[in-house]
Amino acid sequence: MPLAQIAFLLADAAATTEDAASKFIRLLTVFLLAMWVGFEVITKVPQRLHTPLTSGSNAISGITAVGAIVVAAAVATAGFRFGNLLGLAAVVLAMINVAGGFVVTHRMLEMFNPKRK
Amino acid sequence: MSSQAWINLAYLAAAMLFIVAFKLMSGPRTAVRGNYLGAAGMAIALLAACFERPVLETIAARGGWPLALVAVAAAIGAAIGATMALKYPMTGMPQMVALLNGFGGAASTFVAGAELWNKTGDALAVDQAGGLTAVATRAAADLAPWTQFGIATALTGLIGAVTFWGSLVAFAKLEELPRFKQAWTNPNRHWINLGLALATLALIAGVCLNPSSNLLFWALVIVGSGLGCTLTLPIGGADMPVVICLLNSYSGLAAAAAGFVIDNSVLVIAGSLVGASGLILTAIMCQAMNRSLVGVLFGGLGTTTAANADDVYAGKIKSASAEEIAMVLENASRVVIVPGYGLAVAQAQHAVRELANALEKRGCTVEYAIHPVAGRMPGHMNVLLAEADIPYEKLREMDDINPTFPEADVAIVIGANDVVNPAARTDPKSPIAGMPILDVDKAKTVVVVKRSLSPGFAGIPNPLFAADNTLMYFADGKKAILDLTAALQQG
Repeated sequence: MPLAQIAFLLADAAATTEDAASKFIRLLTVFLLAMWVGFEVITKVPQRLHTPLTSGSNAISGITAVGAIVVAAAVATAGFRFGNLLGLAAVVLAMINVAGGFVVTHRMLEMFNPKRK
Repeated sequence: MSSQAWINLAYLAAAMLFIVAFKLMSGPRTAVRGNYLGAAGMAIALLAACFERPVLETIAARGGWPLALVAVAAAIGAAIGATMALKYPMTGMPQMVALLNGFGGAASTFVAGAELWNKTGDALAVDQAGGLTAVATRAAADLAPWTQFGIATALTGLIGAVTFWGSLVAFAKLEELPRFKQAWTNPNRHWINLGLALATLALIAGVCLNPSSNLLFWALVIVGSGLGCTLTLPIGGADMPVVICLLNSYSGLAAAAAGFVIDNSVLVIAGSLVGASGLILTAIMCQAMNRSLVGVLFGGLGTTTAANADDVYAGKIKSASAEEIAMVLENASRVVIVPGYGLAVAQAQHAVRELANALEKRGCTVEYAIHPVAGRMPGHMNVLLAEADIPYEKLREMDDINPTFPEADVAIVIGANDVVNPAARTDPKSPIAGMPILDVDKAKTVVVVKRSLSPGFAGIPNPLFAADNTLMYFADGKKAILDLTAALQQG
């Protein structure tokens, strides 16, 4: 196949809306790169900060609240459904995780601060 | 720029803030700022979520009440979380972190369940002409066999359930609730785990093949819940740091999987950062115990080859009083304190600080040797000693302080056992052979504060207690240190 033709096909494919497979590969790329960044950044955290690191990352895992907000607040034409109720429960749970995680981490880090009081 | 582009930009900013937050966690002085940036990133992401198209469409069609409900739910959750975090005693941090972690896992499971429920409902939506609506067509495409949606939903439900129940069990163990004090050692547990694992695999395949079945999804969640319990119940106290790290990693992976369910990259990024951090800490903890992850999760410790306690201790234990030990300390110019979980149990961190003050007043250098797995969560001892205002510069890591033990006049071991057991270095048949330990036995004098000669978590005798240069001080950790400080100040 001549190069021009391949290029044309590729350009054509790119112009159409993203298909399921490319969407998956895009997210997978993001996932793997973020894992890599995570490994690189976290290996540099010293042992004495492992507890705040654990609780701080714990708070960030509450990011699932973003998903919870969208599923809870998007009420379809069919009306308020069991899914919305589950979403609300997820919002409560995730926010406990988020708020608790950041506050606990802050309390711990304050103790490492020699100038407190 | 479309509104969706602005939302994605906000998510990108949040993701960047999370990465910077982790980066700043590497220094005690910058970590506070890191935590603020993490919280700022979270606030941005949560706010952006309120402008997602489905939410705005809902507001346009039905008014603002669904979003108001969400705001109320978020406020309730945040209030509960913040109250828990402020009220819980500092010494209970390991169980507090475990509990919060569990809620995150449960939230991810619920997000997947909610999305599945709504999608299966959407797939039935019919327009006025009697045909399927555009929403229904999109939903039906996602509910076909082996789609990203189906696979991610299955994994989110499973990992989230394992995280939640595993964290609850870990919480109960760390809180030392009576029913959970003993590790679960049912001889059939490996078969039970195998059964649950096979059921899990079958149900994952089931959900992937037929994502439109809510029943299969919840069955998977229930089996995952069982698995979360049976995997955590057999794990003993000293292995808790590994479990906490692993569960932390799971909660991140659950959030990342939820990102695949709802096609949201900020969930994927934040989730995988947490997943990576948990996995690294797990590896560090396992290394510090010279054990494989599989060994920690399924093995338990063998005790058959351990030396007999009577042979090790017979006639060689030298018990000393507070006055005798104070006399040794009076002549010391460098003292290393080695804290263990017993210090946390006895709440002796402030007493230790008093002792260190008394020693420093006499011109003695005091340092602290921290084993990576001392305590019940990674870095537990650091937090405990920091609570007593002990400057973190004096807390030294194992590899850093080990070569300096021969120059220490006195090493005081408080509530630590297995992590100072020289058998790990000398006895290749010991169950803890090869585990990196603190070489306290090389100090000129070793003082071990302990209630009795009972073995540590590994269940083996400790030759350190019988060594020529060791003085045993049998007492409760806190009282022992207070008496010692008093004796030192009188002398």
